[in-house]
Amino acid sequence: MSTLNYLGQSLKNLFSRPATENYPAKPHIYEERYRGHIENDISRCILCGNCMRHCPSSAITVSKAEYTWRIRPFSCVQCNECVEVCPVKCLSMVNAPTKPGTQKSIIVNRYSSEQIAVEQERQKAIAERIAKAKAAAAAKSPNPADTAQASKENKSCV
Amino acid sequence: MTENAGGESKGNTPQGNVENLMDIRDIPAERLLDEVTKIHFDEWRLVQICATKIAENRYEILYTFGKGYDWKNLRITVSHEDKVSSITSIYEVAYLYENEIHDLFGIEIDMMNYDFRGKLFRTGVPHPFA
Amino acid sequence: MADNSIKKISIVPFGPQHPVLPEPIHLDLVLQDEKVIDALPSIGFVHRGLEKLVEKRDFQDFVLVAERTCGICSFGHGLGYVEAVEKIMHLETTPRTKYLRTMWAELGRMHNHLMWLGLLADAFGFESLFMETWRLREKVLDLLELTTGGRVIFSVNKVGGLRKDVTKGMLDTIMAGMTVLTKECRVATDTFLGDRDVQSRMRGVGRLSPERAEELGCCGPFLRASGVRRDLRLLGYEAYGELQFEPIVSFDGDCYARCEVRIKELYQSMDLVRQCIEKMPDGPIEVPVKGNPNGEYMARIEQPRGEALYYVKANGTKFLTRYRNRTPTYSNIPGLVETIKGAELADVAMMILTIDPCISCTER
Repeated sequence: MSTLNYLGQSLKNLFSRPATENYPAKPHIYEERYRGHIENDISRCILCGNCMRHCPSSAITVSKAEYTWRIRPFSCVQCNECVEVCPVKCLSMVNAPTKPGTQKSIIVNRYSSEQIAVEQERQKAIAERIAKAKAAAAAKSPNPADTAQASKENKSCV
Repeated sequence: MTENAGGESKGNTPQGNVENLMDIRDIPAERLLDEVTKIHFDEWRLVQICATKIAENRYEILYTFGKGYDWKNLRITVSHEDKVSSITSIYEVAYLYENEIHDLFGIEIDMMNYDFRGKLFRTGVPHPFA
Repeated sequence: MADNSIKKISIVPFGPQHPVLPEPIHLDLVLQDEKVIDALPSIGFVHRGLEKLVEKRDFQDFVLVAERTCGICSFGHGLGYVEAVEKIMHLETTPRTKYLRTMWAELGRMHNHLMWLGLLADAFGFESLFMETWRLREKVLDLLELTTGGRVIFSVNKVGGLRKDVTKGMLDTIMAGMTVLTKECRVATDTFLGDRDVQSRMRGVGRLSPERAEELGCCGPFLRASGVRRDLRLLGYEAYGELQFEPIVSFDGDCYARCEVRIKELYQSMDLVRQCIEKMPDGPIEVPVKGNPNGEYMARIEQPRGEALYYVKANGTKFLTRYRNRTPTYSNIPGLVETIKGAELADVAMMILTIDPCISCTER
């Protein structure tokens, strides 16, 4: 047992440089793997909603009707799950944390007007094709199972 | 035992041929104190008590005991109408687990040595896990 | 004149907010003058109902919720949950997964124990020692940030394997970090174990006999400081069966013994990390997961704070029936109440700290 065990370290601390970074003046460099915040490249996003279904904190909302992908960055827990489940890999984890804010903001990513036009065109084509197939099926044999199948497909596409 | 088996089939317990990975013994609720007393005499310690909702108004309560690295479990099946007897007279440390089961599942537990009267967990709605 | 005054009994509420407590726990202390004659614990200030969430989340996604129960024991919670599910589904993970999980679990134990030492130094008023241990902890956190991308919540586990692999360069960095830490920790830990000021606060305070500790169901360093040799890592889950280590036991059962056990475990963890890196096998880090779990299992692992149980009951769908997590603090509270009885009021704060309470995971 002794006293002043720590004196040597205390003196060393007194004359050595601080262990902390001079933060705002010298920006912090984050590790490559650091999970900071989620960004979405909306030009590649297909609004499938997979990220919304897997999000543990329900921070992501995807709306096909409004052509939007929303995230509440202050609810996000940075688990990287949405990035892993994304089928087209348009989501990415950026290694800088969410910027602080005075209120809980929502980030909205909306399709550009060209993208909306292309998407509407595509859906119209799908609807036409389904209608045609349905009409053909109805003409051939009025089987209730087929029509049910067709209507289900129709719903999932809209 | 027969009554217990009936309770098992009602709940959404694992279906089909599920092998038993844990050492669990199902006992009727009224045999609980006898069995726990026997286990206590053999110098097992109480590890945990856990309730599981298996169907509407059917709950399993799992008692885990340990001795060194060996573990074993007792299981009873109860509903809200039953009063489960507390094992705090045998294992004094069971009061936290029993109060938790009462607060989260709304299962009445009789004769606890420390009864928090539903105030152990400060939940927004009463009995949220029930 | 003899002291024949009637001793006054008063009740002092301790917590939920107290300078020494990082998290809210409440104790009603019944005092006779300065001596505590009874204590009644009360928890439940931060109950969030995370266990209920298992009924609404896919069992593969739930590991992310499970490990967010608490910041410090985070990796262990995820590990316990995936162990239980893997056992139900008969998944045998690859050797590399096992070694990496063991390595991260030990790094987690290191940062937990360093944090605890800092809080202890803060509790007995040794501010510069507190700063020093937290500076050392930061080095461990940097290694974790490098390998997993999170400082305290790693999010690397998944059912059947890992989400991220570790490169050779990272392993070398960890190895170098261990060498530096072993050297730098020595000054701080020698102060804890050898300084007279520190010893005067901890020696003989809050004694618990091994028989009582066993009877009250205590676990972890709290139990081992009372002289009971029980460490669930000896069961050999993950890669622990292939590593060389001996559980650390102390026989005094007081606050000093608990501090000693944790300090020795800190060095033991560094050694285990080194062993893991030396034996690290190559190969894939995940096995495919098919179907849904059906059955029930209770996984047990040794968390930094003691033994933790993860009970999983599955019903053959992708949503589980029940996930239950019994954390070490939950079973240490009766032991804590036992040690507090008969103590001085001024020592209560220190005793609460020496069980290393983690209230967030206690209440889930």
